[in-house]
Formats: sequence, structure tokens, C-alpha cells
Amino acid sequence: MSYLFVILGAVLVNNVVFVRILGLCPFMGVSKKLDTAIGMGLATTFVLTLASGTSYLIDHYLLVPFDLDYMRTLAFIVVIAAIVQITELVIHKTSPLLQQVLGIYLPLITTNCAVLGIPLLSAKESYGLLESLLFGFGSAVGFTFALILFAGVRERLDGADVPLPFRGVPIAMMTAGFMSLAFMGFAGLDRFHH
Amino acid sequence: MLAALLVMTGIALVLGTALGYAAIYFKVEGNPLAAQIDALLPQTQCAQCGFPGCKPYAEAIASNGAEINLCTPGGDDCAHKLADLLGREFKPRGAPVEKLKTVALIDEQSCIGCTLCIQACPVDAIVGSAKQMHTVISRYCTGCELCLPPCPVNCITLEEEPRTPQNWRWKYPITGLKVVT
Repeated sequence: MSYLFVILGAVLVNNVVFVRILGLCPFMGVSKKLDTAIGMGLATTFVLTLASGTSYLIDHYLLVPFDLDYMRTLAFIVVIAAIVQITELVIHKTSPLLQQVLGIYLPLITTNCAVLGIPLLSAKESYGLLESLLFGFGSAVGFTFALILFAGVRERLDGADVPLPFRGVPIAMMTAGFMSLAFMGFAGLDRFHH
Repeated sequence: MLAALLVMTGIALVLGTALGYAAIYFKVEGNPLAAQIDALLPQTQCAQCGFPGCKPYAEAIASNGAEINLCTPGGDDCAHKLADLLGREFKPRGAPVEKLKTVALIDEQSCIGCTLCIQACPVDAIVGSAKQMHTVISRYCTGCELCLPPCPVNCITLEEEPRTPQNWRWKYPITGLKVVT
């Protein structure tokens, strides 16, 4: 049951974008079209799950035994960046289909703040391996969810009669703010199991 | 301290070796032109060009001839370099041009009442009947210009709608940035 709450909390209650305010660069940058948003979401899900797993292993078997908790940021960023780069090379070589879907987005999220932040958070919460993976996966699903919702809104905004000074990024920022407010409605949803 | 140094050096060595070998074993021959274009782009991966990042944009330019002036961080400088590389015409990055709403106006002296413009009008904004003078209901006119070609006496013109507080908007201040050399 608590695993379910880890996922639910990561997707809705502590949504990476809207509540933790992480990963805003791809959120604003790649949300102009729905299909690129979906591609970016899939790639982020892949990377974030992978990053959570590897970071847990690095943290648990390398940093904690040597009492090096303070090196987490540095170690995680190096490891995640390298793993994602290697994965991208392997995918590029082995699977043209997967390359089409994920490949072009993978280098973009080698380490954005969400990809680094989520492993740091789960290390701070001292999650186990499965919990870390679920937390990473849930956060990424939350990110995808936010990105797809926002891309849908932005596609419609293109056709809306927005006053000229607000066209483009300003109205997108305001929309993002409103969506963030809406997500505050989920606060506390993950609490009642305590 | 020593442990930290050793652990980080170890991680860096292992990953560096793995990356180096992966780059050799999983090398894919790409379009060399796309790589050249990619080298000219600023690599901010900001996606303001409409493509998901610099490399996809470079590939789009190389393969299906996307416009070369879409890069915002690179600016005109980047567009110039791309124009040199590809032998294409340099186009300045377009500033948004405000187009006023226009409405059609029929010169009622010359109108012969042929009804051709009435048939062309997609929003039924022109009234009149055969051999009678026609006129445009400016409230319904969308300024689509479809009534211009059919008119045999060229008596239809497009007039800009006068500025009123309802359609007036701030103009973008267009000031060119000076390049300090």
C-alpha cells in the first residue's frame, strides 16, 4: 500500500513541475506541440527511472559506506550524465525505432534539475531500491502528465484571441501558474495512511 | 578526504572508459552536413526554433530544408554563418509585423451590378442584386480579398479599418542591438 502512496504522491501531490518547480526548462521549451511533449515525457520517464536506480546503487554501495553523503550531488550528476549518454549511444546503434521515439530527447535531459533532484530527494528520504525506482518512475509520470496537459493547453492558446502583449511566452507562464495553483488542490492526498 | 578523492576518481575513470568504448563500438555514421550545421548552433537546446533541440534542428535544415533563421539565441550572427555554410540567401530574423484589419470597399460609381463578388464572398457580407449597385457590410467583412479577382471593373478596394480604442495595440519597440567590435 505504501508503494502506491509513493507513486500517487509523486504523480499528483508533489508533482515535479507544479509543486516542486523542477524541470521547468523542458516544461516551457518542449510543450509547444503535443507529439513532442509525449516524446519528451517518455524519454524523461526512461531517464528518471534509470537515474533513480543507478543513484540508489551508487549511494548505497559507494557513498554511504565511505561516509561520503556530502558528495551526492557531484557523484549523481556524473553518473547519471554518463549512463544516459551510454544508453543513447546504444539505442542509436541498436534500435532505430526507439531512437526515433526517444533518441533525440535523451541528450536534452542528460541532467536537468528534475533528473538530478529526484534521486537526491529519494536519497534524503532514505528510500530502498524499489521505493527509489517507484519514486523516480512516479515523478516522471507526473512530469509527463504535466507536460502533456500543458502542451494541450498551449496548442489551444495558439488559436485563442490573446491580447498582443501576452502572446507567446507570457501567456504560457501565466497558464503554468494557474495549473500549479490547481495542483495545490491535491495537497494532503498522500497523508491519510499515517 | 582521501576516500572522496578516490571514489570520485574511480567513478570518473570507470565511466570515462565506458563512454570512450561506447563511442567507438556504437558509432553511427550520420549525415556529415547535419554535424557541420550542429557545430554552428549555440547548443543551448532551448527549442525556441520549434524543434526539440539543436541537433534535431540541424538535421531538419540538412534534410528537408527548414528555414535557417529560426535560432533565437544564435541570432543573425548564427543565421549568417549558416547561410555561408549552405550557400543559401540570408534572411533577417523577422520582427512581428502588425497587419491592420482591412475591409473591402466597393466604388459605387463604377459598380455595374454583375453579382460576381456576391458569389465569391464567403461570409455574405456583400448585398445587392443583378444590375443594381452592390455594397459591403463592413461589420461582416473579414478582409479575405476573395472578392477582388472576380470583379470585371476592378471597383473593389481594401481599406484599412480606422484605428479605434478597440483595435489599437501597443507597438513593439523595434530597436536594433548595436554590435560592439
